[in-house]
Amino acid sequence: MENAFGQPQTIVVLGGSSDIARAVVKKLCAARAHSVVLAGRNQALLDEAAAEARDYGATTTHTVLFDATEPLDAARAVSACFEALGEPVDLVIEAVGLLGKQLEYEDDPTMAATMAIVNYAWPVAALSEVRRRLVAQGHGRILVMSSVAAIRVRRISYLYSGAKAGLDRLCDGLADSLEGTGVTLQILRPGFVRSKMTTGEPEIPFTTGVNEVAENVVHGLAGSTRVIWSPPILRYVFFALRHLPGPIWRKVANR
Amino acid sequence: MKTRLTGWGRTAGSLCEVETPSTEDEVERALVAPAVIARGLGRSYGDAAQVGGGLVLDNRGLDAIGPIGPDGIVTVGAGVSIEDLLALSIPQGWFVPVTPGTRQVSIGGAVAADVHGKNHHVDGSFARHVRSMRLVTPTGVHQLSPEVEPALFWATFGAMGLTGVLSEVTLQLLAIESDQVLVDTDRYDDLDEVMAAMVEGDNGYRYSVAWVDCMARGRRMGRSILTRGDHATRDDVTNAARVAPRAARLAVPVTAPPGLLNPFTITAFNELWFRAAPRHRVGEAQSIASFFHPLDGLRDWNRLYGPRGFVQYQFCVPDDGAEAVTRVIARLSQSRVPSFLAVLKRFGAADPAPLSFPQPGWTLALDLPVGPAALAPLLDELDELVVQARGRVYLAKDARLSPSTVRAMYPRLGEFAAIADTIDPQRHLTSDLARRLRLREG
Repeated sequence: MENAFGQPQTIVVLGGSSDIARAVVKKLCAARAHSVVLAGRNQALLDEAAAEARDYGATTTHTVLFDATEPLDAARAVSACFEALGEPVDLVIEAVGLLGKQLEYEDDPTMAATMAIVNYAWPVAALSEVRRRLVAQGHGRILVMSSVAAIRVRRISYLYSGAKAGLDRLCDGLADSLEGTGVTLQILRPGFVRSKMTTGEPEIPFTTGVNEVAENVVHGLAGSTRVIWSPPILRYVFFALRHLPGPIWRKVANR
Repeated sequence: MKTRLTGWGRTAGSLCEVETPSTEDEVERALVAPAVIARGLGRSYGDAAQVGGGLVLDNRGLDAIGPIGPDGIVTVGAGVSIEDLLALSIPQGWFVPVTPGTRQVSIGGAVAADVHGKNHHVDGSFARHVRSMRLVTPTGVHQLSPEVEPALFWATFGAMGLTGVLSEVTLQLLAIESDQVLVDTDRYDDLDEVMAAMVEGDNGYRYSVAWVDCMARGRRMGRSILTRGDHATRDDVTNAARVAPRAARLAVPVTAPPGLLNPFTITAFNELWFRAAPRHRVGEAQSIASFFHPLDGLRDWNRLYGPRGFVQYQFCVPDDGAEAVTRVIARLSQSRVPSFLAVLKRFGAADPAPLSFPQPGWTLALDLPVGPAALAPLLDELDELVVQARGRVYLAKDARLSPSTVRAMYPRLGEFAAIADTIDPQRHLTSDLARRLRLREG
């Protein structure tokens, strides 16, 4: 059970080898988390993440494999996670995502579809099952990894950012639907984060590391704010960027 | 009906099905639910009286009050509040022998938490005054007393409802001659002074409690107001009436904005509170309500802590661990985590209940608003101090202990869990607290 400070004891991570998710799990294990289920597509990476969670204090870890290009399999993957834990789940982190270098694949319709499926369709299907199970539990939190890119989509990554934008907006409504159920959903919107997903990309202003993001997440979980920005100042930066006229935005975004 | 329930601290809520049984049969039928726990008036601070996705049995339907016998023995339904019982008993010259800082607890809740009052050093906790009780469990109804099924009788005190649902409790009341308390008040400029005065003089008083200012720093760290007293006799006071306290007329209407209680407002409040107290005053007559239950004058005062709520941290340590009290107050005062006036008192002999909180020595209770990022790790640090001093934290106040610390604090948890398994082998009885601390696993 989660405690008064929003510190969970049991966690399910969908996309368990994500660098940001791993940093968050480490911090939560150092606080109260004792049981963690990590789900993803690469057993070796999941095992590594599980060992890390145990190093930071988890006593029980499980791994579950799934393929995020198959949204119709998402409910099975989520069920496997909940059943592996065998007790109420305090926190579900949805951290599935695929970025890559869009310029190399943007003319390939199959890749375009894959980007939409992995970054949008699979998470949506998974969240549907997560919602059903947590509502039955009467308590629990959902943390969905969105991105500031969802707020204003850049030319350089519109396939990724566009899918995240869809997920981000959907989650706003999903969070509203949870009102009065004892379950809450929070949206994480990090800026540019140094991680394996962004290796080789040029850094931009307000770039952070995964540990700073994890720190912001832990603080955000202690409260009830709908959106967790990381770093927090991006809330204001993106308020401004969202309202920039198109020509200026393109100049800023393409730098 | 499904309702989101929290404790008095308004943190970590969960959605529960709530039913209000009014007979033992109804309770028994309800105990088939896979996860079920009783709830009284919701004054436990944390998650003891809720179970997410499960069934909560509101005990207020069990509200019969028997007549008070000539020897002061009374049998009441577990859902009767101390306020209701006092309304009946004070005019007849009887007092509930142990009351916590509020009258708004049910008798069932008082047993479940094994509550203590300002007289613990003399009269012990609630358990000492219970003659017998009826407990409904998933495997049947038990009539319990210190002589009949003593293991289950004692296991129920402090167990936060995990041995079953109480239907009625038979209590020995305390004879009083008036509704007044004669109070001596003293102000002390630091913690060592007040602790010395309590060790020396508490045994001369039935009731004793000190309010400590945890925001004061430097030489004034731990400055305190000590109030001690006893019931006034008919001869002590000119207007020796026996009028029960009336219900609160003031209430906090809405949840306060976040941050209303911050280091500045709390420091200012504590300063005023401290200065308003006399340096030394003897024999002042106070009403039962103002001496025992000062916060009951303001309904829903927990809303003052804003939407994120608050936690109460109450621990006890044996006399040889008294230094832990000083270190906790020093650590709080240094961290600037805001805390309202803290309550310090001495505990007397413990009762034989495996999960009962009080043990001889000191207890300190602190109200802390949730919000400062430093608070969670600070309280983890205080846990370590308390464990090192062989002390423990009160489960009725807890919303944040971990399964491992609770085992270090309550070494008899395994004994308790084994007894609970005898009457509830399928472990229907559980709560968010029990799940968080794995109390049923022993």
